[in-house]
Amino acid sequence: MVVGIKDGAKLAGIVISSFCAVFVCTLFLNYQADITGIEKEIVSEQMFNFYKAQVSTGKMVSGLSGGCLCLTSAVMLLFFIKQYIDTHNKELGILKALGCSNLKIAGNFWVFGSSVFLGTAMGFAGAFLLMTFFYEVQNKDQLLPEFPVRFHPEIFLYLVVLPAAAFSLLAVFYAWRRLKMPVLNLLRDSMSDGGKRKKHKADQSSGGLFLEDLKRNTLRNKKVLAFFIVFASFCFSAMTQMSFSMDELASAMMGIMIMLIGLVLACTTLFLAITTVIGCNKKTIAMMRVFGYSQKECSQAILGCYRPMAYIGFALGTMYQYVLLRIAVDIVFRDMEGMPEYKFDFPVMLISLGVFAVIYELVMYVYSGRISKISVKEIMLE
Amino acid sequence: MIEVKEITKNYGSGESSFQVLKGISLKIEDGEFVVILGASGSGKSTFLNVTSGLERPEGGKVLYDGKDITAFSDSELTEFRKENVGFIFQQYYLLQNMNVEKNVKMGADLAGNRDYKKVIEAVGLGKKLHKYPSELSGGEQQRVSVARALAKNPKYLFLDEPTGALDEETGRQVLDYICGLQKEYGFTVIMVTHNLNLAEMADTVIRMNSGRVAGIYKNQVRKTAYEIGW
Repeated sequence: MVVGIKDGAKLAGIVISSFCAVFVCTLFLNYQADITGIEKEIVSEQMFNFYKAQVSTGKMVSGLSGGCLCLTSAVMLLFFIKQYIDTHNKELGILKALGCSNLKIAGNFWVFGSSVFLGTAMGFAGAFLLMTFFYEVQNKDQLLPEFPVRFHPEIFLYLVVLPAAAFSLLAVFYAWRRLKMPVLNLLRDSMSDGGKRKKHKADQSSGGLFLEDLKRNTLRNKKVLAFFIVFASFCFSAMTQMSFSMDELASAMMGIMIMLIGLVLACTTLFLAITTVIGCNKKTIAMMRVFGYSQKECSQAILGCYRPMAYIGFALGTMYQYVLLRIAVDIVFRDMEGMPEYKFDFPVMLISLGVFAVIYELVMYVYSGRISKISVKEIMLE
Repeated sequence: MIEVKEITKNYGSGESSFQVLKGISLKIEDGEFVVILGASGSGKSTFLNVTSGLERPEGGKVLYDGKDITAFSDSELTEFRKENVGFIFQQYYLLQNMNVEKNVKMGADLAGNRDYKKVIEAVGLGKKLHKYPSELSGGEQQRVSVARALAKNPKYLFLDEPTGALDEETGRQVLDYICGLQKEYGFTVIMVTHNLNLAEMADTVIRMNSGRVAGIYKNQVRKTAYEIGW
């Protein structure tokens, strides 16, 4: 079993996603582990409230960000394993035909899980590089006594070693499940799915135009890609708005960090989703071009169907960041003195939406250019 | 009428460059059934791709009623294919996530053809409108691709080894459908094959060898797939 450069590049999304998850979680959990060591030194109520707020923030941020990003990494991992099996079905089928057991083939899929280790290890190291600075920023008003950065092996175990092992096991198990099918099914043409079809109501209708049917079909057949598009715009919307809206609530460093994580996650996920959409629909696009559908018609049918998803993701991200900051201000930090009032920042939302719309449409324009380069010759040679 | 003048086509570049078509010239009349015969590697599929506007030649011209399609821009070529050309490939290339009806609509919508169901009936798949390609046999899938190509009312139908992936009986059926529909609608058929038996089905037979036309001859009488005993 060979994982080529193209397949490896797709795992970049998992590396980045797990990097971000562990980076954020390490910063906050390490800080939390160290701050609990000075609990006995807290003498005033103001100090205690600040301490409580810091601990709650750490739990909330690491729980939410870590949880969301962990889920995203898992979805990405399973999606890429499925895609790898779908595109390399014939090679895997031949291996099975030659007598390799399912488990033996699936065992090689630990490589996919190892991308998580790369991400988590880099995230952990990155967090430790910034840790001293992070501690200073968190306690910039010197409300708490100073405390040094300590290395906690259990955090390394929980955030780096265990996730990498768990994801590798998940990769092997999922691959084993997917490979549990007759050899002949694997050896069939990659466009076929062995005859498993869900009948949809829309399939029975005959009134709609082909392009409209194709839009619906594209969206329905790759729901995970719709999830990725929603997730990308969600990250962009939530993180950019949050980083600007919280300038009075947290440090500038936190704002920049949140924005960078949001942008990196959004760009990576969007890039992976769009390249996968085009890759999965290569044969459809080639045949449409052969029959005389224009580049615009092809890109509107294949890429255009994801546009509503992108804006739904943006709306969800806006709501998410509002609710999160509302909870932070009204519940977590409610006992803190001098806490500024939080209001929904409408101008920031509009600017963020504008920037998002420009970036999204620009990406779609660039990728619709790729559609024109898909030739039937390329498909025939596959 | 299709007029091909001195077309050349190379693959690869530099020292690995290989000339697949070496200055081919010929004429195809409207409504003709043309079979292009040749061994594997003779350049017949490349000739089909260049003549139909799927690929551009390095040299020469391809004229349709006097208009040189090699001078067309990409969008003009797309428009040309949309209005004039239908394709049937050996591997069918059906959209696997769409049922028979929707696959045929892919061609029909381009021509604004609302009577596409008649074509599906004509190829004998009227009762399988809602079946997916994976639920059909090879012959039925090829008949869907015939219906898809014909539903766009093409003036020229290009077929690249349409029976290559089918058994003899199914291949006969598919060719019979195509011949019958050609007689009914009068479109021009240009079919590439390495099967010598199929030559008798054509008005004109073009033999290709090593990127050149080795011979052109005409049949006085066209036979059906069943008559030639293939």
